[in-house]
Amino acid sequence: MDFSSFLLMRQEILLLAIALLLILTEIFMPQNKKSSIVDLAIFLFGIHVIIGFFAIEEGSMFGGMFNTNNLIHFFKNVLNVGVFVLLLQSADWLKEKIVTHNRGTEFFVLLFSSLLGMYFMISAGDFLMFYLGLELSTLPIAALAAYETTKRISSEAGIKLILSAALASGVSLFGISMLYATTGSIYFNDIIEVITATNLSILGLILFFAGLAFKISLVPFHFWTADVYEGAPISIASYLSVISKGAAVFILMILLFTVLKPLMHIWEHIIYVIAIATMSIGNLFALRQQNMKRFLAFSSIAQAGFILLGLIIGNQLGTATVVYFVLIYVFSNLAAFGVVQAISLETGKENINDYEGLYRTNPKLSLVMMLALFSLAGIPPVAGFFGKFFLFIAAASEGYYILVFIAVVNVTISLYYYLLVVRAMFLRKSESAIPFFENKLYMRLGLIITVLGILILGLYSPLYDYIFELSSKLL
Amino acid sequence: MDILSLFITVPIITILVLVFTKGLKQARIISMVGSIIQFVMAINLVFAYFNERAVNDAIMVFAKDVVWFKQFNIHYSIGVDGISVALLLLTSIVVLAGVFISWKMKDLPKEFFISLLVLSIGVYGFFISIDLFMMFVFFEIAVIPMYLLIGIWGTGPREYSAMKLTLMLMGASAVLLVGILGIYFNTNADGGALTFNILEIAQVNIPLEAQKLFFPLTFIGFAVIGALFPFHTWSPDGHASAPTAVSMLHAGVLMKLGGYGVFRVAMYLLPEGALHWSWFFIVLAVIGVIYGAFAALKQTDLKYINAYSSVSHLGLVLFALLMLNKTSWNGAILQSLSHGFMTALFFALIGMIYERTHTRDVTKLGGLLKVIPFISVVYVIAGLASLGLPGFSGFVAEMNIFVGAFQHDNMFYRILTIISVSAIVVTAVYILRVVGVMLMGPINNEAYLKLERVTWYEKFGILLLLIPIVGMGVAPLWLSDMILESLQPFIQAVL
Repeated sequence: MDFSSFLLMRQEILLLAIALLLILTEIFMPQNKKSSIVDLAIFLFGIHVIIGFFAIEEGSMFGGMFNTNNLIHFFKNVLNVGVFVLLLQSADWLKEKIVTHNRGTEFFVLLFSSLLGMYFMISAGDFLMFYLGLELSTLPIAALAAYETTKRISSEAGIKLILSAALASGVSLFGISMLYATTGSIYFNDIIEVITATNLSILGLILFFAGLAFKISLVPFHFWTADVYEGAPISIASYLSVISKGAAVFILMILLFTVLKPLMHIWEHIIYVIAIATMSIGNLFALRQQNMKRFLAFSSIAQAGFILLGLIIGNQLGTATVVYFVLIYVFSNLAAFGVVQAISLETGKENINDYEGLYRTNPKLSLVMMLALFSLAGIPPVAGFFGKFFLFIAAASEGYYILVFIAVVNVTISLYYYLLVVRAMFLRKSESAIPFFENKLYMRLGLIITVLGILILGLYSPLYDYIFELSSKLL
Repeated sequence: MDILSLFITVPIITILVLVFTKGLKQARIISMVGSIIQFVMAINLVFAYFNERAVNDAIMVFAKDVVWFKQFNIHYSIGVDGISVALLLLTSIVVLAGVFISWKMKDLPKEFFISLLVLSIGVYGFFISIDLFMMFVFFEIAVIPMYLLIGIWGTGPREYSAMKLTLMLMGASAVLLVGILGIYFNTNADGGALTFNILEIAQVNIPLEAQKLFFPLTFIGFAVIGALFPFHTWSPDGHASAPTAVSMLHAGVLMKLGGYGVFRVAMYLLPEGALHWSWFFIVLAVIGVIYGAFAALKQTDLKYINAYSSVSHLGLVLFALLMLNKTSWNGAILQSLSHGFMTALFFALIGMIYERTHTRDVTKLGGLLKVIPFISVVYVIAGLASLGLPGFSGFVAEMNIFVGAFQHDNMFYRILTIISVSAIVVTAVYILRVVGVMLMGPINNEAYLKLERVTWYEKFGILLLLIPIVGMGVAPLWLSDMILESLQPFIQAVL
């Protein structure tokens, strides 16, 4: 075996090395300098992100278990940037609340392990690798959700997440075993050749889909979402709603568009129904939320429903629009969570009511939040609009006009609750408004990156063309 | 930079400068300078247009086309014809007048002017777009600042009105989006590529079934912002709660997007659909005309009176467009312009009266002609223009509309025309009633004797709007010619 082929796994190996390096550093680091582990981790991960942007060879390893191509590589970069922004946004929280309890390194090791799991998941060439990646990406997150051990609600979130995730992967595994039973192989390339629509394979498809639907929190598999988001530390809620969801959408797309393509006439109906349910129910629940984290949880459920509009058509256009939307969604949602994080860290307040009069005391934060919400709602000229519009074009290109119509009605509903937050920040005046505070450097950097993303990604059209070209790799 | 793109870039630059200003004085000076530049550009555009038209007989002149998203064939594509030039001029005048009227905006002045300019970007962009996608983008950009403008600086139930307005207009744009996508995916009917370009789509024979299906969606999507009955309810509440300058822009400019969009997109691109559905929407428009007039009759709040009067007048625009006749189309465009100047003027005057007397209730006001003569006299003039007195813009517009409409050889349409003509009588009643009670009569409140006279910036704002009203009434022909010429492609496509 040629060792240079390991370069295909460059991202994975580098990330693993960073995690190990952090453990080693902690051992030799003097007690009074522990908080610099955060700086070190961010620095190392920043280098990892930059290295990720260099081009990579395409190919597969381990007899087809591990694949990589430019689209997958691009998506790993999206995840990287997302995690990097997330680290910047949580740096202050880590320094103040976590490192002081001597648990800084574990945080990074767990987070990076989970990210590593996602790399393997989206690079998987067979169901075994896929399942390993799925588990590796989920289990550390459950530990992280329970990371604020002093808070009861955090432990509750951890337990809820691990139980539902275990159930989900169990169901998924059951589905995989049925697919194996009908096709006699776990390799994607072999399955494509032989799979046909039999009762068993359809049941396998449904169970497998249900397992992934848990991770994307599609209705009716969404019940864990709001509770876990509310209890988990904000960085982890943000991670779950952005990175974890993005990776799961991506692998679901790969599997549906390649391995399960022969069953498209089955799954397009499933997606049709679930898309409508997810958009509508996510939106309706979001209407009445008071807690910002729960609010964003339901909003992100609704967003997942929109993503399905791109998945339903199963071609290059669908791939491109979904990847493009997820990329924009990463930035928009991270901006929203970032502001929530900043305010929560400073004041401990997390309710929409607490945001009343925020613009008059903290104009910059309010503007970031407004941009993020407008992007999520799909108001031009910010990026979210383009992401959504293209998803609608994708669905309409195959004649799903009714689905598009339901989606646009949902966009209007979602605008209502996004505007509720804008109303609190801009329209209301409050005596007890959150007083002015300065953000620290990391947080500022984290927010600036997201804002730039929101402003530029949509208007800069070559990006979409690039993604569209990459999308041909999938099919 | 070409002459049209400047209409987008100048407000953007103004906004960028505004970001660095401090306090009301700096903010209003910068906004004024920016708006004056826009105004001069618009005047210049009118002359440039006439010169260009003499040598260039393309449908759209000053056209520019840059590929934006090539996968979807979305272009940054701009150009103007006589109709859009006239509406651009209207916009620049109303925006400038709006800046003057907001001279004393105390609360968050910088943010106010920025939002106002964002709105104007949306409107300018909408009128110069040839690409449906671009048009849609600018449509939404024009709507969303209204939420902040009414919500932050409004009065009364401002949160409710702002939310209602935003959701109804965004809901409409959602319907419109489906319509646009429907048009887009039928543009390859003749074997060409999918396109968003209006001029290219107009050459395509979109299948009849698709036209019938997507015409109502596109029509309603635009007509909601043109206050089509029964989707007009956002408009009176929005007007009543909005601050003065926002009411002016809202009624004077924003609602014009509706008529323009209906004409340029729904009817021009889906002519068979328009023929098929015209009877239905024309009934709605006539109901709007009559209903708006009678509702205005019953109101006592000055802003509500004018808001319902807008519903009635803009109902006439939709009515005239749907009559599918050259003369009435001409009238519809003239009515859009005339109503734009007139209502903006009305709202400006109402704002001034409210600022001085702190009430908009007609029954509590009286004898204002004696204490604030300038404002009152202009109010009378605006009122007379509104009820269609010859010599003012309203007469020219309504004359064209009804003469054109009555040429329709179908009895059903003629009866509808007669019904809508009767709304003019009602208009006269509610206008003269306000003039009689509020301006004439005895002064019924001691405090009114000390009312402040009109200030220089208010005079400026008023004159800016008054001159075009009189100008259009006295010398309508040059404008009418400009519009008639630009109607030619529509006549070929639809009639």
